[in-house]
Amino acid sequence: MSTETTVKEDIVVKKPREVLFSKKNRRLLSDPLDDNNPITVQVLGICSALAITVQVKPAFVMAVSVFFVMAFGNVIISLLRNLIPSRIRIIVQLVVVASLVILVDQFLRAFVYDVSKELSVFVGLIITNCIIMGRFEAFALANTPWRSFLDGIGNAAGYAWVLIAVAIIREFLGAGTIGGIQLIPQVAYDFGYVNNGLMLLSPMALITVGIIIWIQRARNTKLIED
Amino acid sequence: MELANIFIKAIFIENMIFAYFLGMCSYLAVSKTVKTAIGLGAAVIFVLVVTIPINYLLENYVLKEGALAWLGSDFAEIDLSFLSFIMFIAVIASMVQLVEMIVEKFSPALYGALGIFLPLIAVNCSILGGALFMQERAYTTIIEASVFGLGSGIGWFLAIVGIAAIREKVRYSQIPAALRGLGITFIITGLMGIAFMSFMGIKI
Repeated sequence: MSTETTVKEDIVVKKPREVLFSKKNRRLLSDPLDDNNPITVQVLGICSALAITVQVKPAFVMAVSVFFVMAFGNVIISLLRNLIPSRIRIIVQLVVVASLVILVDQFLRAFVYDVSKELSVFVGLIITNCIIMGRFEAFALANTPWRSFLDGIGNAAGYAWVLIAVAIIREFLGAGTIGGIQLIPQVAYDFGYVNNGLMLLSPMALITVGIIIWIQRARNTKLIED
Repeated sequence: MELANIFIKAIFIENMIFAYFLGMCSYLAVSKTVKTAIGLGAAVIFVLVVTIPINYLLENYVLKEGALAWLGSDFAEIDLSFLSFIMFIAVIASMVQLVEMIVEKFSPALYGALGIFLPLIAVNCSILGGALFMQERAYTTIIEASVFGLGSGIGWFLAIVGIAAIREKVRYSQIPAALRGLGITFIITGLMGIAFMSFMGIKI
């Protein structure tokens, strides 16, 4: 969990008649994509990001589930923010996330059973996905529902692109497919091309994320740590 | 023999960090010095050892299909397994609260060092992950489940102390600026994961 972010977010007093997509609100959507990306900068939600990125399909399902939980969880917490006593807020937050995740889990079991089997415990682990709790703590507890909704969507999108990028790299190099579609032609295999099976094993997910972070920070030098 | 097998498997072969990436958030955030890493690792072992048996009892006597049969034949059909996420997380959150109070009472120095990360054990994926793996693998006795919990905790402890020691050394190395901090930690963890893969396939 990152502590810096909790400090950074300041309480924004809502001015009357703010436009729905004012400049400030648009930043809520765009910031998490790069400068304040939940995975590569805030270091939240790594657990699930790495474990289910062997193929693109489960990664995509996971990203959609997180979108749902994140956006609605943020709205619910934001609506309740004046009612929750701060001593028990963690339990309240966990209950809200857990209920949303149960909805997602039952939905996946009913409509995409094979993916749900593949994700196994990781659907349940959305509950402890640090991005969600982190955004509740840092943002939803201090902001209005609409802004929290945008923040939820923005952070889920920042999470989703890293997840899907890692999945594409691993699936392409490891199995020669993307989303189950064969991209490397049979001819290449005939000439001796071999899939890199190592990419399918879990440690390579960490190294792929490490390299994504490297590229991002090389482009965006203000993110460099000393 | 079966117990030793579960124990070794949970520590090395199915290590929480290197095989499943569970508890990565606190693993990355608290591994800057060995001392705090040991504190957090010990807290994780303790919480896992306490929560897994409780969740095991909950799973087998309340939640599983037919688990309520001990209440009478009317209840034998009930399947509450859809409630398991919420029940597990409630047990974990309350146990973490308890650990926090104990640490605050008996070791204020450790409490100060762990700071914000102690309450975050509640959202440490490895704790809930342990409970969900316990449910998925359907251990037959409570002793097996507890041994699994202890093993996973020790595996997590070894991983975080290992990376903390490496990071203390790496601080004095010449690393490309953009890779410093987070990036290199990811890559080192990946390399440690490859090393741990050599335990794969070991049978006792």
